[in-house]
Amino acid sequence: MSLPTRHFDALIIGAGGAGLNAALQLASAELRVAVVSKVFPTRSHTVAAQGGVNAALANVLPDSWHWHMFDTVKGSDYLGDQDAIEFMCREAIPTVYELEHAGVPFSRLDNGKIYQRAFGGQSQNFGGDQAARTCAAADRTGHAILHTLYQQNIRARTHFFDEFFAVDLVRDADGICCGALVLEIETGEPLLIEAKATLLATGGCGQVFRTTSNAHINTGDGAAMALRAGIPLMDMEFFQFHPTGIAGKGMLITEGVRGEGGYLVNKDGERFMERYAPRAKDLASRDVVSRAIVTEVKEGRGCGENGDYVMLKLDHLGEAVISKRLPGIRESSKIFAGADPVIEPIPVFPTAHYAMGGIPTDRFGRVAMPAGHGSEEVVVGLYAAGECACASVHGANRLGGNSLLDILVFGRLAGKDIIEFVRDNPYRRNADSASLDQVMSRLSRWDRKGDGMSVHQMRAELRKCMEDHAGVFRTEEIMAEGYEKLCELRDRLPEVRLTDHSKVFNTARIEALELDNMMDVGMSIAVSALHRQESRGAHSRPDYPERDDQAWLKHSLYYQEGDRMDYKPVRTKPLTVESFPPKERVY
Amino acid sequence: MNVPSHDEQEQLRRLRWQCRRGMLELDHLLSRFLELGYRDLSEADRLLFARLLGEQDQDLHNWLVSRSAIPPTPYLELAERIPAVAGEHSPGN
Ligand SMILES: Cc1cc2nc3c(=O)[nH]c(=O)nc-3n(C[C@H](O)[C@H](O)[C@H](O)COP(=O)(O)OP(=O)(O)OC[C@H]3O[C@@H](n4cnc5c(N)ncnc54)[C@H](O)[C@@H]3O)c2cc1C
Repeated sequence: MSLPTRHFDALIIGAGGAGLNAALQLASAELRVAVVSKVFPTRSHTVAAQGGVNAALANVLPDSWHWHMFDTVKGSDYLGDQDAIEFMCREAIPTVYELEHAGVPFSRLDNGKIYQRAFGGQSQNFGGDQAARTCAAADRTGHAILHTLYQQNIRARTHFFDEFFAVDLVRDADGICCGALVLEIETGEPLLIEAKATLLATGGCGQVFRTTSNAHINTGDGAAMALRAGIPLMDMEFFQFHPTGIAGKGMLITEGVRGEGGYLVNKDGERFMERYAPRAKDLASRDVVSRAIVTEVKEGRGCGENGDYVMLKLDHLGEAVISKRLPGIRESSKIFAGADPVIEPIPVFPTAHYAMGGIPTDRFGRVAMPAGHGSEEVVVGLYAAGECACASVHGANRLGGNSLLDILVFGRLAGKDIIEFVRDNPYRRNADSASLDQVMSRLSRWDRKGDGMSVHQMRAELRKCMEDHAGVFRTEEIMAEGYEKLCELRDRLPEVRLTDHSKVFNTARIEALELDNMMDVGMSIAVSALHRQESRGAHSRPDYPERDDQAWLKHSLYYQEGDRMDYKPVRTKPLTVESFPPKERVY
Repeated sequence: MNVPSHDEQEQLRRLRWQCRRGMLELDHLLSRFLELGYRDLSEADRLLFARLLGEQDQDLHNWLVSRSAIPPTPYLELAERIPAVAGEHSPGN
């Protein structure tokens, strides 16, 4: 079968901040670069990042990249690789200035310098006073960054394939990655894009959980593509939950609400955080509050018909305070929770927010995997950057404002490395027919007709199972049961059927392909979590409540084949400074 | 109710994908509106809705969710209608 085929020097899958920053380096160096995105590029999830991006500019309070590095290592609960973290924190400063020059309208101080706000986890002097490190363009930082990068790419003649869905990576006869098979959503026709280097920049996977702050597009496609290509995923058990998402919907209600005096109550009207965190109460750290909410629900003190959420009360603050200090919250709550917080509480439940783990890469965005005997090998021609990758700068827990930084720094670096790679490897590679057959059979599987469970139903069961068994509350018993349920769902996946087999804009078909990806990525999270017998960062286990550096100061690697786990050491040696040895993490 | 024609179905599927956005709030509002309110729109308003989907996420968020900005005049009515139809208090809920 002959497939329509296009050739490029580089193929970038994903048009968020990571993909676009990589593409820009390549296009500016006159390489032929293709960017594939399942939605129009400026509708990528980066647009939702309203908070800002971290860099130690020291515009508001004293600061240094070294303090930023310390905070990031500590925040990661010592699981982050210190060479990559040093690199990122140093690069943060030129990265923000580069964005400024490119036209991102950062908010300013009276003296004209970039304004910086204080976020949790930021300190001066290695754990001292609060620092102010986050640069924002009002409440539209992600939008401004994405837009600026998109415009620059258009000028640099990056070739965009908008509304094309990447199905799987393809390989040549030597087994080397040489591009991907993609589907044009409008026509439903497959297209083979062959490239000398391929970068996965497909973003997060929050949709694998029932309640998430992530947009519908975040289905972990790139991570699943890597898994199916035999590449392991790293540290997938570390998933950040935000305690206050709108129940059953997932939209974030910012921590600012509790900062202003809002508090949580159970069905008896009890202010239950007093029992879990007598001092910090509702302002305890995200994982503590999230676990308390889930415990209340599990022990039958949840609110509502199904007792499956708690309430966030702020009516006592009064309309003036709510309207002035918490703009947007009132509207959002009215629309999505059907509750006006001026008169009634908001139903909330922890919401899956950010994947710390992902496709393992080195500092240059090159996908790297163990090659036996403790050594590592780069997967030739394959790169990953952004939330789908794990460089690993966030370790077990990400700090606010460090994700935009991660995608920009490592997106750019991957772009630069690809330029060199293509220079050294200028020849064209062609996809092998066996590799193509494999991808095509994954596609045609969804053409099968007949009775079967619907995509919608399977998707709902998967997401519920992930929430119940691989969410905030993780004991051996709960997770082992979850793994069994997931195996059962995975076994039933081949029986799922589509009813709509049309070609043009068949979004049901795209959702079916996304379901495959969600199943693969969900499994990687569940299995990695089940195996890690300690509490570290976002992974907290009541049955193993302590961090165990002796046994577990190591990265997890999940392989799809046989749901196998492997581990590799954390890189504790920075590039130029002394290591930060593990310490207890107290704030 | 009329069964949508082949072309109408195709257009609906196309719009359904346009309702996939970078923000969860917009995903919810726009796709629910498409499901619950679109068929009641006049021909002219349907075109307007399709045009609205071409706008930037950040603007849509400001117009429909946080209401921190007033949309351009042609969208005014639609911007009221979408959260009213697709929000939680809507009869479709
Ligand atoms: C509500 C919210 C607020 C946040 N706020 C902040 C903040 O203030 N500061 C901060 O640092 N971080 C924040 N984050 C995290 C941050 O926004 C993300 O981690 C980051 O934007 C991810 O960028 P990315 O480039 O990796 O991917 P994305 O921006 O998610 O882009 C992924 C791209 O991949 C494409 N894609 C995916 N799958 C396929 C496929 N199969 N085929 C083709 N294309 C595909 C998509 O179309 C898209 O273009 C926030 C996250 C959320 C959910």
